[in-house]
Amino acid sequence: MQETRRIPTVCPYCGAGCGLYVIVENGRIVGVEPEPEHPVNEEELCIKGYYGYHHVHDENRLTSPLIKKDGKFVPVSWDEALNYVAARLTKIIREHGPDACYVTTSGRVTNEDNFAGMKFARAVLGTNNVDVCARV
Amino acid sequence: MLLIIGYNPTQGHPMVGRHIIKARERGAKLIVVDPRKTEIADKADIYLQVPVGYNIPLINGIIHVIIQENLYDREFVQNHVEGFEDLARSVEEYTPACVEKLTGIPQKELVEAARLYARAKAAAIFWGMGVTQFTCGTANVVTLSNLAVITGNLGRPGAGLCPVRGQNNVQGGCDVGGLPNVLTGYLPVASEANRARFEKEWKVRLSPKPGLVKTKIPDAILRGEIRALEVMAENTILTDPDTNHMIHALENIELFVIHELFLTETARLAHVVFPAACWAEEVGTQVNTERRVQLLRKLVDPPGEARPNWWIFGALARKMGYQGMNYSSSREIWDEIRRLVPEMFGGISYARLEQEKGIQWPCPAEDHPGTPILHVGAKFATPSGKAVLRPVFFDSARLREEALREFPNALLATLGELPDQEYPFSLITVRRVYHYNARAMTGRSWPLNVVAPHELIEINAGDAAELGIQDGDMIKLSTRRGYVAARAWVTERVPRRTVIISYHFWEASGNELTTTASDPITGTPQYKLAAVKVEKISDQEAQAIREEKRRKFKPEIEREAVAALKTKTKATGTQRFD
Repeated sequence: MQETRRIPTVCPYCGAGCGLYVIVENGRIVGVEPEPEHPVNEEELCIKGYYGYHHVHDENRLTSPLIKKDGKFVPVSWDEALNYVAARLTKIIREHGPDACYVTTSGRVTNEDNFAGMKFARAVLGTNNVDVCARV
Repeated sequence: MLLIIGYNPTQGHPMVGRHIIKARERGAKLIVVDPRKTEIADKADIYLQVPVGYNIPLINGIIHVIIQENLYDREFVQNHVEGFEDLARSVEEYTPACVEKLTGIPQKELVEAARLYARAKAAAIFWGMGVTQFTCGTANVVTLSNLAVITGNLGRPGAGLCPVRGQNNVQGGCDVGGLPNVLTGYLPVASEANRARFEKEWKVRLSPKPGLVKTKIPDAILRGEIRALEVMAENTILTDPDTNHMIHALENIELFVIHELFLTETARLAHVVFPAACWAEEVGTQVNTERRVQLLRKLVDPPGEARPNWWIFGALARKMGYQGMNYSSSREIWDEIRRLVPEMFGGISYARLEQEKGIQWPCPAEDHPGTPILHVGAKFATPSGKAVLRPVFFDSARLREEALREFPNALLATLGELPDQEYPFSLITVRRVYHYNARAMTGRSWPLNVVAPHELIEINAGDAAELGIQDGDMIKLSTRRGYVAARAWVTERVPRRTVIISYHFWEASGNELTTTASDPITGTPQYKLAAVKVEKISDQEAQAIREEKRRKFKPEIEREAVAALKTKTKATGTQRFD
């Protein structure tokens, strides 16, 4: 049976932050409408707001961690990928100190993701080498 | 009254552009300052076609006229401003005649613009990256701030300084402390009291030493100082300046880890790739350019084993022996942010965001309505509580020592790279409305690819005629760093000796051409001006260049990796990972 939902959210593109209603059918996004009462976009959207959602279900989305082995990306489990990165970071910190590491936060992800990235750099790696693409 | 400078709202933020056009229709006056005759320039009362990079003499000239004609706000300056006398003396040399000589803008137009701005009951300044992306970007912003301050255009409805932020959450990324010198809420990390606040919550000791700004990463890698880089959601080699330099650095790093939706051009260089959930697959908050915190809802499940970025950092922290990031939801993280900086976010709960259409910080309490306008009542975050003016001198090597002796807090502005005989054109890089950055997202939308399938380099019709270039011909742009080829878009909107390119397409990315020369204070690179050579080329030459780009950016790596992922999914089914 077909289930259609209309969910309010915010556009993922520019700094204007327009209100969207996203139409979801059976777990897939099938369309976007502007939120009529939103103070930023007042019932209108730009071309990216209306038509920029296809990447969500694109068949090239990454679905597993990858490690490059002998020059080729190989799908691995989360456990293997996390263990590998944790071990390499630990070794680099031991040999060269925490400031040999750098984490970039991003203008394209949520506050919660950014906070986690900067906390990881500062509290776990021990460095203030963290920066967001605001500068570029 | 609106002053729009170095900002193309109808392309960059169409819904902000729509507000500006609506204001114009209600009778607001419009001054537009831009090297390119943009769509919003067509609607301006006064359009000043400033040469690329010459904002400072123009704004200093406007300030000069306002002071000469006694059009500044005497009461505001007397009670709320420091440094007016110095500013007034510093702009003495920027007479309308001097500005005309430097910029070609007729004296009469400069004077009219100054009067229009200063006589308005309320005047707002909107700017974009045509102000900030220069080696003198900070000085550019300071001149605009000087202008708003002396006319008392702050802290009131319709007035103010409005830097319009680029990406959906570049404001929030800064607000929550994703910066090398400050913690959440812009608290300097060098302060012991600030660190103590976070050390108590996080139960670790924090380093007092501010980190490196992002634009220093490639050189720091090549010097062996940075050995591990973890990038979240960024196609760095195409969005940072000087692609070849960035690729060279990333090929020489010991450990490169990336969180991504796709195997982007940058991700192809990584040693480890973490599959990330996207904006539609997890609850979270983002902050728009008005400081409006808004709630993103979870719309669909992430594909396969893709996980939210916060989950990835938490899992990695656990593997490294830290238990303070065992989060089970975004809400838990947001509540930690609210606890750490209640003065900014304390009153902004998920429960409120579910009901309200965003809340503007600072919002310290649940019953606080948020803060749409900053500096109300002329309160400024300076030691004296007053607005501080700083003189700005433009490209005045001759005046350098003299100026600093006379004006100790002056800013001296110099452009990073100017056209010369070998590279005689000025190159500007831009975003276009149809795509975003390096198209990791928009490149997957067929409607957007239909309307904007490839790069078009904007070139003035007079220059095109001199070089024998017709609209749609293949042309090659070269700078000291690299070259690209794409079709010419012959137009009158671009001034002479100027070409404009985006960085949306790896086949012809503007950032193969841009310089890493950066503002000394912010580290922001000069994306808006590079010296460039323009040549007409044959279709065969263009084809050869395209093959070179294919070898450089390696699209086949993505195809192979995606095939391997599909094989794995077939073998193991689509079980969820928790």
